[in-house]
Amino acid sequence: MLKYDLVVIGGGPAGMAAALKAHECGVKKIIILERAETLGGILEQCIHTGFGLHYFGEELSGPEYAARFIEKVRETDIEVKVDTMVTEIRTGNIVVATNNTDGLIEISATAIVLAMGCRERPRGALDIPGSRASGIMTAGTAQKYVNIDGYMPGKKIVILGSGDIGLIMARRMTLEGAKVEMVCELMPYSGGLTRNIVQCLEDMNIPLKLSCTVIKTHGIERLEGVTIANVDENRNPIPGTEQFVECDTLLLSVGLIPENELTRMAGIVIDPVTNGAVVDENRQTTRPGVFACGNVLQVHDLVDYVTLESQIAGEGAAKYILSKNRRRSYKYAAAKAGTGVRYVVPQNINLDTESDVKLYFRVRDVYRNAKITVKSGDKVIYSKKKPKLCPGEMEYVVVKAEDIRALDVKELVVSAEV
Amino acid sequence: MQFDVAVIGAGVCGALITRELSKLDMKIVLLEKFSDISMGTSKANSAIVHAGFDAKTGSLKAKLNVQGASLMAYYCNKLSVPYKNIGSLVVAYSWADMTTLDMLFERGFENGVPNMEIISQERLREMEPYISEKAIGALWAPTAGIVSPYELAIAATENAVLNGARVKRNSGVMDIEFKDDLFFITTASGVIKAKYVINCAGVFADKIANMIGDTSFKIIPRKGEYYLLDKTEGKMVNHVLFHCPSKMGKGILVTPTAHGNVLMGPTAIDLDFDSKLDVDTTIDGLNEVKRAVRDVIPSLTTRNVITSFAGLRAHIDSENDDFVIGKSSANEKFINVAGIESPGLTAAPAIARYVGNIFRELAPQYERKENFTATRPAPVRVNELSDEERRALIEKDPRYGRIICRCEGITEGEIVDAIKAPCGARDVDGVKRRTRAGMGRCQSGFCGSKVVEILARELGVPMNQITKHGNNSMILFGKTK
Repeated sequence: MLKYDLVVIGGGPAGMAAALKAHECGVKKIIILERAETLGGILEQCIHTGFGLHYFGEELSGPEYAARFIEKVRETDIEVKVDTMVTEIRTGNIVVATNNTDGLIEISATAIVLAMGCRERPRGALDIPGSRASGIMTAGTAQKYVNIDGYMPGKKIVILGSGDIGLIMARRMTLEGAKVEMVCELMPYSGGLTRNIVQCLEDMNIPLKLSCTVIKTHGIERLEGVTIANVDENRNPIPGTEQFVECDTLLLSVGLIPENELTRMAGIVIDPVTNGAVVDENRQTTRPGVFACGNVLQVHDLVDYVTLESQIAGEGAAKYILSKNRRRSYKYAAAKAGTGVRYVVPQNINLDTESDVKLYFRVRDVYRNAKITVKSGDKVIYSKKKPKLCPGEMEYVVVKAEDIRALDVKELVVSAEV
Repeated sequence: MQFDVAVIGAGVCGALITRELSKLDMKIVLLEKFSDISMGTSKANSAIVHAGFDAKTGSLKAKLNVQGASLMAYYCNKLSVPYKNIGSLVVAYSWADMTTLDMLFERGFENGVPNMEIISQERLREMEPYISEKAIGALWAPTAGIVSPYELAIAATENAVLNGARVKRNSGVMDIEFKDDLFFITTASGVIKAKYVINCAGVFADKIANMIGDTSFKIIPRKGEYYLLDKTEGKMVNHVLFHCPSKMGKGILVTPTAHGNVLMGPTAIDLDFDSKLDVDTTIDGLNEVKRAVRDVIPSLTTRNVITSFAGLRAHIDSENDDFVIGKSSANEKFINVAGIESPGLTAAPAIARYVGNIFRELAPQYERKENFTATRPAPVRVNELSDEERRALIEKDPRYGRIICRCEGITEGEIVDAIKAPCGARDVDGVKRRTRAGMGRCQSGFCGSKVVEILARELGVPMNQITKHGNNSMILFGKTK
């Protein structure tokens, strides 16, 4: 059995930032376990730019953003095992992993950071009726084929879902000579970033069809086309609006799901809205010594925020590892979603927190001139007007440590009121 | 190429019959239209071993069902195929249903189904804690079970190959001519000559029979649609749960699968005679499945759907609703195995033995081989091993340490084994059926491209020649700019 102070599961932007922060805080024995062949996670296939504007103040490509962290990890004595898949977290924070050089390894960890990222919602989960032809894949799979393997997965393309990966792939496939017929979005608004809609669709003359979905796939061997239809306010297809669109490829960009299989196996409580662990302001889960950050905790739109969140988790893990008394306090305020808000992370805040706490949240719908408030009972702790809020962009508010310590009612309700 | 016997159709019956006949000292070929074994009805069905109370007493269906149910455990053991003897419950919601249960019980008794019981609401609820409150009783048949149908067909084929049979995939039969006591079978991959033919062509069995002038039966493709749920829902149902039967079949059922998922379906819609490839799912069909399941287990939702699919039953278009198994009236060296709809999968091992007997009577000149091997070596399943076994295996071959499919925990070693097996995987779906890589909740989002890479490497072809399920189902076009 190997022994480490900190085991980080996942070597993407979240895992690397958490490991580096913990190292900086004085944790000695750290290991990162990564299931892919290299560190960097999904950034390695995101060869477009737009990464790092918030964190580095400059525009980087995905591999460039990752490289900055990979280099830093190399400069430290943080150990890395790639091509290594964690299969289980056993009682006593024992991490079981397998690869083709060490075989099956067991690592006893003082603390664990979960940074496994997320996966794309596949076709099966969408209930699109029709055939099982080839040429139906998630946008991220297509991105890997194009950017990593150097192959074109299609020539005539329809994209369902206007998530960021779908928008990025609309531009990428067009630049590679494919014809992107359209992007269909079930909702009346796009779930992607505004800058991606402008740069990837408008600049490329690709139509975005809102309130529109794919209702059937055609073709027995390779995809031959899709039937699309407009949907009503309940997202049901409107009869008479069906239209056949010839295409050989259907790319899906219809949501991301945090990969919490290990988390569930470890008996950690999951938030049914974020599909990530329930955490406190240090990103500690309900299992002592196990922390979570990045897309496995909540799906982010910007990697910069993943980095910031993971540094919090890294620091939290370091505090846990280095403190003599690891007993946790059970004096929490609950952070909750109020009117117009889907979820808030972190869900629990220690009442004796020494630093200010950023509450991250997403709104339910597109709101203009909305007021964001944080209330504890009737008491308004924070209030600010925002010209535009949309579900595709994560927001945050900062709650001061002194306000948290002074709470009478042990809850913080975040709302977006129009 | 000349053979003693040509078996047409590599579904579960064709595969098991080929294996049965490979016990005899002769040359056999198994011809398959599609790119792999088990591509038709055998890959898309309820995957149930029926106890045998449904079929009319005295029918071939009834006899072979009850025999098949008792043979299944033995066959799955010999061939290393996932099988669980979990038993089935026909659930009653009204007193009229209870009467039906009584009728089913009596018919089952006549058919020779052992150990059935009509159980109370309380006992039913103990066995199925999530069952609808409206359920008032059930017919319990402990001999029923679940099996992995495509793995049974693949394993039987592999075993037949080990015993000398040849398999030709992508070899759809286009014409058959009988002259000089030989069948000249024109296939998509050339002409095959054979002294005897066994027609196991599933929904196409009538078209194949027509080629020798046998027009004695017609097959209607009867579509059934299904949902497959995540293993997270696996605890919601413990046994095969049937509604009371109707004219169109046994109705929509809910069941665990041999791999721990939950399967719900099928619908029953008769298609045109010519729609024998239509396995599209439909909005109406899938909604019907959802509605029917809500009646049985109200808390079981389709929130954790992994996939939906449709299959075709080979339904005989005649009053006499029975299997058609026997020598053709047009040519007695041509044996039809047709209309093998439910309980066809259950009956398959018994059908294989039954056809074996017909053949031995017809062609007594062939001796039994002395060196027939009844077992197929069990494929390595890394995630079923203990830590120690796993360590030892990875030491021997490090590829068993590299996990390719995250959701199902399938390693590179297992994928390579599936490609190198006798009659091994040649495409992505072939790897999926043999190893479960891509069967999980991400539906090959992550491992799909790696499986393409491994297939290309092992088969020595570029990645863009790898298909999803043969022919024109390519995954990649040319290189990027």
